[in-house]
Parts: sequence; C-alpha cells; structure tokens
Amino acid sequence: MSDARTAILRRIVEANSSQGTAEAAAESWELLPRDYSVVSQRSRADVLELLQDRLRDYDAAVVRCEPALLTMTLNATLTAARVHRIGIPQGLQELILPAGFEFVIDEGMSPSELDGLDAVLTGCILAIAETGTLVLQSTIDHGRRALTLVPDVHVCLVRSADVVETVPQAFARLQPTATMPTTFVSGPSATADIEMTRVKGVHGPRFLHVILIHDDAAT
Amino acid sequence: MRIALFITCYNDTLFPETGIAVVRVLERLGHEVEFPAGQTCCGQMHYNTGYQDEALPLLPRFVQQFRSAEAVVVPSSSCVAMMREHYPAMARRLEQAGGHDGLSGDVESLLGRIYEFSELLTRRLGLSDVGAYFPHRVAYHPSCHGLRSLGLGDGPLSLLRSVRGIELADLRDAEECCGFGGTFAIKNAAVSSAMLSEKSRAVLDTGAEICTATDNSCLMQINGALHRKRTGVRTMHLAEILACTQAYKNAEGPGGGFP
Amino acid sequence: MSTGTALDPRTAPPFPIAAARSLEDSQLRKNVRHATDVIQGKRARVVSEMPDWEALRISGEAIRRHTMKHLDEYLRQFEENCARVGGVVHWARDGAEARALVIRLVEEAVENEGPHNSLREVLKIKSMTTEEIQLNQALEFAGIRPYETDLAELIIQLGHDQPSHIVVPALHKNRQQIRELFRKEMDLPELGESPEELAEAARRFLRTRFLRVPIAISGANFLIAETGGVCIVESEGNGRMCLTLPRTLITLAGIDKVLPRFRDLEVLLQTLPRSATGERMNPYNSMWTGVQRADGPKQFHVVLLDNGRTDVLADIEARQTLHCIRCGACQNVCPVYRETGGHAYGSVYAGPIGAILTPQLQRLQHARSLPYASSLCGACYEVCPVKINIPEVLIHLRNKVVRRDTAGLRVLGNPEALAMKAASTIFRSERRFRAAQRLGRLAQRPLERKDAKGEPWVSSLPGFFGGWTATRDLRAMPKQTFREWWENRSRNNRDAKYSAEAPR
Repeated sequence: MSDARTAILRRIVEANSSQGTAEAAAESWELLPRDYSVVSQRSRADVLELLQDRLRDYDAAVVRCEPALLTMTLNATLTAARVHRIGIPQGLQELILPAGFEFVIDEGMSPSELDGLDAVLTGCILAIAETGTLVLQSTIDHGRRALTLVPDVHVCLVRSADVVETVPQAFARLQPTATMPTTFVSGPSATADIEMTRVKGVHGPRFLHVILIHDDAAT
Repeated sequence: MRIALFITCYNDTLFPETGIAVVRVLERLGHEVEFPAGQTCCGQMHYNTGYQDEALPLLPRFVQQFRSAEAVVVPSSSCVAMMREHYPAMARRLEQAGGHDGLSGDVESLLGRIYEFSELLTRRLGLSDVGAYFPHRVAYHPSCHGLRSLGLGDGPLSLLRSVRGIELADLRDAEECCGFGGTFAIKNAAVSSAMLSEKSRAVLDTGAEICTATDNSCLMQINGALHRKRTGVRTMHLAEILACTQAYKNAEGPGGGFP
Repeated sequence: MSTGTALDPRTAPPFPIAAARSLEDSQLRKNVRHATDVIQGKRARVVSEMPDWEALRISGEAIRRHTMKHLDEYLRQFEENCARVGGVVHWARDGAEARALVIRLVEEAVENEGPHNSLREVLKIKSMTTEEIQLNQALEFAGIRPYETDLAELIIQLGHDQPSHIVVPALHKNRQQIRELFRKEMDLPELGESPEELAEAARRFLRTRFLRVPIAISGANFLIAETGGVCIVESEGNGRMCLTLPRTLITLAGIDKVLPRFRDLEVLLQTLPRSATGERMNPYNSMWTGVQRADGPKQFHVVLLDNGRTDVLADIEARQTLHCIRCGACQNVCPVYRETGGHAYGSVYAGPIGAILTPQLQRLQHARSLPYASSLCGACYEVCPVKINIPEVLIHLRNKVVRRDTAGLRVLGNPEALAMKAASTIFRSERRFRAAQRLGRLAQRPLERKDAKGEPWVSSLPGFFGGWTATRDLRAMPKQTFREWWENRSRNNRDAKYSAEAPR
C-alpha cells in the first residue's frame, strides 16, 4: 500500500468528516433524483426513421433491407463504396458475404496490415436513434476495436431489434457487458479545431455506411 | 398600499431622479410612499468584493429600518439579488456570533415583502400599463441580476410595451453583461471597457435615442461610454420612463430630467 | 518539439495585466468571439431539443455531489475493479509524484519493447490534467518525445504555444496561422489553407505515428468505480488510435473524475456533448476496463492524481468546483473570456471554471486575482450541465483572499481594504453617510467639467479610480441627493402636481 494512496484517502476522509463505506454509498446512490426521460416516447417506426435521419445528418449513407436481401444490399453498398479488400471479425457469417470481394478475417492483424484494408464490415450491439449512435463491443461479431478504426470505410449492419431510442435505454441494455471494450460511434470523425469549421475524417473511418436490417420484431 | 422605498446608496447619491420617478409612479397609482430616514446601504459592494465581515453589520440595520413595512420597493435588481442570495446566510452567521436572536426569522419575513421596482409593478400589483407616455425609440438592456438572479423575465418589457408612443428597439446580444460588475469595473477596467464597447455598439446599432434598464449601475457603465463618445444617446432608468406622462415630462428633479 | 513556456499560475502575471495585453490582440479577440458564437449557437439548438434538460442537470449535479461525499469509497472500488482485470493503479499526491511515476512507466515500457523498438517516444491524447502538471516538459527533459495527436494540441505543440480553451484549445488561431505552421513544421510548402486541406495534412502526419509508436499517454473523462472502467470522449479518432493500437497505455486522471456507476454515464453522456460542442453525441466515446485479451494494450496503468483536489474537497462551500466535467460551456458564454481568451488566465483552466479551480489548486498562494476576473453576471451558472454555482464560489474565494490580505497588520499596507473598512464605517451611520455625500460633492468640484448641454461630468479621476475615466465619463454627483429632495418635499408638503393623476 503506497504512502500516496494512504495520504490521499486520509485527506478525503478528513474533508468529508467520515469514512466512506460501500453500504452508505450504495444506499445514497439509490436515492439520487432521476426525473429525466428514460422510456421511449416514439413509436417503433418513428424510432427507426429517427435513426436514419440522424445518421444521414452525419453524412453516413443509410439503406434499409429485409433480411433475405442482405447479401444483395451488401453487394450494392460495397460496390458503391468502391472497396475490394474488406476486413471482417471472426464471427461474421460467410452466408451473407457477396462474391467478388476479398474478405479478410481479422486474426490479430498488425496496424500496418489493418492499414492495407479498404474497408471493414461489422455488426453492432445496438444503435441509439436519438443521437444517431452505433455501439460496438469487442465480440466476435464486431471484432476488436482496431478493426473498426484503421480502415477508411466502415460498413455497419444494424438489426432493427437492436435499435433503442434514448441514451438511458442504451445503458440499460449495455449494463450486463459494461466491462467490455465499447465504442460509441456517432458519425465519422470530425474536428472543428480550425476556425470552428467542421471538417470530417481526421482519424478513423471517413465513410460510414449503415445497413438497417428489418427484423420481423420491428414491425 | 404603503410602500417603503429603499433608495440604495448609489441611487441616493448619484441618481436621485430615479427615486423621484419611483415616487411619482407609485403615487400616481394611488399608493403612499414612505422613506425610512436612517437607511444607507445593503452591503453588496463589500460582500461581493470579498469583505463579508464589513458587510455583516449592515444587515441588522437594514432589517431594523424596514421591518414594519407592508412592502419594500428597491429600484435596483442587484441590491435585491444581494438580499435574496446572501442575507439568509449572513443572518445565520450573525446569530451564531451572538446578540442577534431571531434575525433569520426577521430576514425571512422581510424578504417576502421586498420587490425590485419592476417586480413590484408586475408581480405584486399585477400591472403592465401604468399610464406612461414616452414617444421615443428605446432600447432595453436586461441587467444580469434582474435577468438571472431575480428572473424578471418579460416583466420590464411588458411595462415598456404598454408605454404610449414608445418604440421599442431589439437589442442585439441583449443578455450579455455590460461589464460593470461592481468593483470589477475598476479592478479589471480594461476588460470592463472591452465588454462595454460590445454593449454600446449594440445599443448604437438599434438607432435608439435612449437605453433603459432596471439598474443604474448598468446605465452608469453604458452612459459612461455613450457620453464619452458624444453619441447623443442617453440612458434613463425604467422608472424615469414610466414616470413620464402626457402632462408630465420629468422636467423637474435634481438630475436634470428629460428635455 | 517542446511545448514552450507553460501556462504556469505560479509565474503568470495577474489577470488585469494579462487581460489588458490579450485585449490588444485583435486577431485573438476576433477568433475567440467567432468560435464562442458558433459553439453557443449550436449548444442552444441541441439543448432546446431536450425537454428534460433541467432534470438532467439536476441529476448530474446530484451524482457529482454524491460522488464527492463518498469519494474515498469510490476510488477504492475503482482501483479494485480495474486491478482485477489487469490494470495497474498508481496514486500521486502532486504533480511531481505524477511526473516521476509516468516517466518511470514509460521507461519500463520502452525496455519491454526491446532493442528493435527502443525509440523513446510516446503518443499523447489531449489531456488538461497532463498540462496541469506540465508533463510534456518533464518527458522531454527525461529524453522522451511526446507527440500530441489532437489536431488542436498538435497545432499548439508545433507552434510552441499554449491552449486557450478547454475543448477547442487552438481557437485563438485562424487558418492562415495554422497553414504557416504546418507548412514549416510538416515540410509542406504547397499546403493550402482550407480547413479540409489542413485536416488532411494533420491526418497523414499523424497516421504514420499511430501505426508505429507503441506507448500512449491519455487523460480520462470519467472513471467508473462500479466496473473499474475508463471513458474517453472525443471527436477526431486520435483517442481511439492511441487507446487501441499501442501496447502500453498510461492514463492520468484527477481523483475528481470518478463516477459511481456505469449507469451514471447515461446522464453525463447526454449533457457533456451538447454542452461542449453543441452535438447530440460527439463522434467517438471509448470505454474499456483493465487489459482485454486480443483487444487493445497489453499493459494498462492508471495514475490517480490529487494535486490540490483534496484541499478543494475540504472547503465545503467550494467543493462543488470538483463537479466539473470539463465541457467548456462556461467559457463559451463568459463575457470576460470572450474578450480575453484563455491565456490571460495564466493557467490551463481558463474562463469561469479556471477562475475558481486554479486558485484553489494553488491553495490561494497564486492566481489570487482570478476570483476577481468576473463581473458575476451568472451566465456560466446558467449553462453549467452540473449546476456549479460559479458566482457563489467566486464570492467565497474573494472572501478567502481578502481575509488573507487583511490578516493582522497586513491590512495597514492594503489601501483597498482600508477604503472598504472606511466605507463600512460610513454606511453604518446615516449621519456619517450624509457627511460623506457632502464631502464627495465638495471633492468633485475641481474635477467637474460642463459638457455641451451644460451638465457637469467628470472625465478624469485620480489614482485607482482612473481606471473608470480612462474610457468612460462619469456624471457628476447631483447637487441634491434623493433624501435631501425627500426632506425638502416633506417640509413643503406635497405639491398638487404629484398626486393629481388618477391611476388607470
């Protein structure tokens, strides 16, 4: 136990005139006011519409498709994006991948190898409509974080059942996997550091394509 | 109603015409105005500059002067803000130090009866038209204390809108501070002047003849620049505008008045 | 690539002097005003979309206040949960300890990289905390090269400059200035000046580094006690680069960054982006816990920093200062900051939050002019997403400064204090007050000048008060005070004129 640790904790106790305990903290935490909106205000159809609006606000390309047409839609998207060498996480099913492209499974590529990819294709754990956010976690379907970071084009598959309306709803769903490496993506990277003019794509993918797959659950 | 006037130290000394206008308006509305003679200062300058100990003794004085008033009117939103925001804590301190039992209770009771001038008219008396006539182009600057501490909202503007003949101009970036800030105007004179130049430019851009507000502290600052630059644009406290009627054009009074 | 003279509160000139200098820089004033106008407008738009904005602010304030009340418990929880998953947590009482720790960790990492990768370099993500402790200078002194990767920080670093805003550190620079800088430092003589070209130049310049340098240093926006996790909020993607590609990550975080639970992020990740950059959500948020197999760094260290925060905590009336989530909204709305920019505050924390945080971290031994760098207009309090009552803390700190400056015999050498005491004595008696008013009228006579209308004005005051008349006129004290008028009227009985008009 370091001197610094002891000293700092002691000073905190002195400042608070009391020693913190897990029970006291938990009890008090439960009583914190939370009158902000947590439940959905909109209909499912509106929620999906909102997500697409918000994504388009960020200049992401968004298309919807039925599950059966996924491969075809992917084909169209990848063609339109003019990419050929596409990184995918291990879990992405071969079933949906269109022919005519080179899909490279990420099994620990080095940063420069990742840099050699034209694009990356992943799913996501959920999407937040209100903020146009895609949430990725390091699972076999989304891959590790570097995969969705280095290539210039990111194609993301979103299942409509995974779309929530609000940020609090998203956190409720993420709670069980809260310790996993998680990335919230809300549009392509941007900076407004030069005269407050928003410029896209400093680092991270400059082009984001979202395919919203309509599950039966959504209708 | 019998309304006690707390003129405030700086209005008493530098802007008596504002007090005269307050008296004029309230009497015209049929109320009786009292002036507790021993009044001096609410302590804001000291308190806000960090001299809290020096401000403390002014509180019991104030309470003693005004405790029996039915209502207290103050033509200065910063002074009312001072009282609402700090008097309760100051009273507790004095009680703890000893010799001022019951002061907190007195303060709480008194605070419920204290109104900034425009608040008195709009909230206590429920008025927006007070029978004023002022056929000129006027820009209204919402003072920070009035806007944020007292939440005066649309009150002052509703009073101005009801003035016959008036032409209200839209002030750009109206809610930005004029730069007075009490001793800030001297201790940080350069920044205060920079803030003032934004505000005076906005006032001049409205083409108004008069800039008005609920606080003479702001108006002293704004007029400081308008006069220095010989712009011909003047400032007048809200009360002075409301005091003008078709019959009375505020020709009297030690401050000079409007020609 | 040194970062030049640090903004050091211990040596910075007092605010009135620094501000007067900043005010002379019309380029700076224009840039600051433009930038803050833009962000303010965006903020207003996205906040107006949120009918529960006030409820979010109330929750944010409550969460932060609760956290401080149980800070020791939450820091212990964080340490335990982070360590369980392979993170190593260190504690530093002050900047010196933190710097020494970080340097040691970097050197260990360099050794671990082995002989093939022995370059002593680190990537950096923007972190106010690392600037607070002047880490870059210490690294360079130890022979380690830090590479800033935020575009604005890169601009600052290449220009040997200092940040002037929490969220947009280079807002005092325009595109021409940036282009000149990049042309020189990146050896790009043909570089254009559009923001797009400049951003592209930065992207290429940095990309090679991202893919190569194996050690990174970051700050943290939030530490989550419940999970041992860290959350970083950013826009450009350089954060993601530095958090995932290098093999060693060192995160420096003030002890005030901790939040109780994962769920608490749902409040702050709504209010922070909207307040900071006027967006519904910033482009990238990264959250991770400890060391993850097959994803991200193999070595992860957190350095928890006190550096005066426990002193702030001990001051019950001022501890709300620690609630700050570094959004910068107070700066964007502050009429003082909008005239002077950030450098005038002499510290990496500028604007309203700087005016209360910096003096306290310095234990009021330095930066004592900062609590006075405010007109108390309250605009900051209105926009703070966690409802820090900044004006209240400013007044509280002013009182602390005054008590120190007037302790014992010190008061005798303090003209302001003597004047204030005299004024207080005057206000305590109506007789003395009236005498002072009469004296004032007498004293001003030699200074009065009649203007074209024949009204008496004062355009020049001596000494201390000359600050007013340097740029402003002062109308002379009228011949009759209000109470004199009142007494006159009472003596003469009320004039018929005054009571004639019937109320409407």
